[in-house]
Amino acid sequence: MSQYRVLPGPEHFLPPAAASMGIQLPNPGEAHINGVIVSEDKAYEEAAKQFLMAKVPTIFPGPLVLWAWNEKAAKKATAVRHLYNTLKECVQPGQTPMLIPMPDYRPKYPKINPEVEINPNHPNLTIWHNKIDCCMFIGVHCHQANLSLKIIRGGTSCYTIAMCAQAGHEDAMLSFRDASVEKIMKLAEWVKKLKGTVQPRLTSAKSGASN
Amino acid sequence: MSKEKIKISEALYDIMPSDYQDLVKSATYGKEDRGWKDIGSSKELIEQHSLCAGCPESMAFRYILASLPNPEDTVMVGSTGCTSLVFPMVAVHNIHSLFGNQNAIASGLKRALSVRFPGRTKDVVVLAGDGATVDIGLDMTLQAWFRQEKFTTICFDNELYANTGGQESGLMQKGFVAKMAPVGKLFDKVRLPEIARESGCHYVVNCTVSKPSLIEKVIRNAVHIAREIGPTYLQLYTPCILEIGKNSMEGLQEMRDSEKPTERFAYKEYVSEPAKQLLAELAAKDKEKKAAAKQLASQEA
Ligand SMILES: Cc1ncc(C[n+]2csc(CCOP(=O)(O)OP(=O)(O)O)c2C)c(N)n1
Ligand code: SF4
Ligand SMILES: [Mg+2]
Repeated sequence: MSQYRVLPGPEHFLPPAAASMGIQLPNPGEAHINGVIVSEDKAYEEAAKQFLMAKVPTIFPGPLVLWAWNEKAAKKATAVRHLYNTLKECVQPGQTPMLIPMPDYRPKYPKINPEVEINPNHPNLTIWHNKIDCCMFIGVHCHQANLSLKIIRGGTSCYTIAMCAQAGHEDAMLSFRDASVEKIMKLAEWVKKLKGTVQPRLTSAKSGASN
Repeated sequence: MSKEKIKISEALYDIMPSDYQDLVKSATYGKEDRGWKDIGSSKELIEQHSLCAGCPESMAFRYILASLPNPEDTVMVGSTGCTSLVFPMVAVHNIHSLFGNQNAIASGLKRALSVRFPGRTKDVVVLAGDGATVDIGLDMTLQAWFRQEKFTTICFDNELYANTGGQESGLMQKGFVAKMAPVGKLFDKVRLPEIARESGCHYVVNCTVSKPSLIEKVIRNAVHIAREIGPTYLQLYTPCILEIGKNSMEGLQEMRDSEKPTERFAYKEYVSEPAKQLLAELAAKDKEKKAAAKQLASQEA
């Protein structure tokens, strides 16, 4: 088994693709945390903890849920909204959950507005600007998610979670696979369940994403 | 993606940046008679851009994007150069190709789209600089025309390599001295419009982008002819004001000066016989439609 662990960065300018370091994807019913395969239940618990610990826990919905290209996408969007609302209900004063869209993948030069969107080609702008220390990708096509997750790991200390509709993401610190409405709702339940049991990182010197 | 699918999920509508909301609400995707007159009253398919202030390429982009007959089912292919900095802000599917390869990419793309979506209209439009079209990509440009590939090639002719600081290009005028071509061009501007005609293009136009109505007409013609008959080529003068020492406000005048009857961008057009027939048929259909609409309006009144 690989000794490499997918950990919050900043790792360096060009972190390796976790797959090239031997990190494997989970099988159905499993997830991974830091590159180690775990049961899905363990991943729900850890993801909920990371959200509740973060100063700025953030969900980044991508084009596959932002655009209602079929009924399922629209339902997932509703579940994402529910997760965000749950986060807002469950955090403590001083924690500020955010919901920031990634509408498409155009590299968008000369600039984006980091307050209202994230771009996969320079995701760190949004993470740095809003001091996001934990984020979850959902509805982002695999290749763009991997690119973006790697850039985030390279240049920030943000904890990354992937709620992936396919086989999962090696380059996230925690990844689910086969994302569905049920799985998003289940994560929201876990957040509710752990409400008040997790100490937020508010006073830690390392809080907030570094640049 | 067809325009019916361009909908934002209701649960996340409020967090979508306003430019996307505007694109869904008031862009002219699917509007049959879309054209340059929509500029100002509807959302344009271009957001901010990174060209120099006053660069005529930005006008050209706006007129072209307003005039494409089928933007929701069009894929544009670009190449490296000043134009490539604009494409990330364009709300039409587009592919960036390796410098010079644009017509090869477009050939494969057009063929793949016809296999993948039989019976559905899918337009491919190449938009690249003169360096990409006439110098480094000339092989790909010509071979696509020889093969009668059914897409439109648009060249933004600014008569040099602008994006890399002003090197000599095949379309530069004889004797012209640029920042990185201090000796002056030793041979004539390559006559690509004539070469295009001889290479099998069915519609060729050489003009400036000073008049939006003209750009609308030539874009529509070029796309319709490419769709039904074969390759089409538009060479549009988009002067690099930076390299010729003009101010932001002077691009339009530069184009007007260069399109006078004796100048190198005097309007020049070639239409093949089959293309002429198609244009006549389209004009007749248009006339019929307008007459029917007029009749309907008078009945309702
Ligand atoms: C294969 C390759 N060769 C060379 C370059 C360098 N290059 C970038 S832009 C450019 C000139 C572009 O000139 P043109 O096509 O006329 O476009 P303009 O910038 O003038 O609009 C060149 C040579 C490159 N990017 N790729
Ligand atoms: S360098 Fe020239 S062509 Fe390029 S954006 Fe500036 S003015 Fe336009
Ligand atoms: Mg040029």
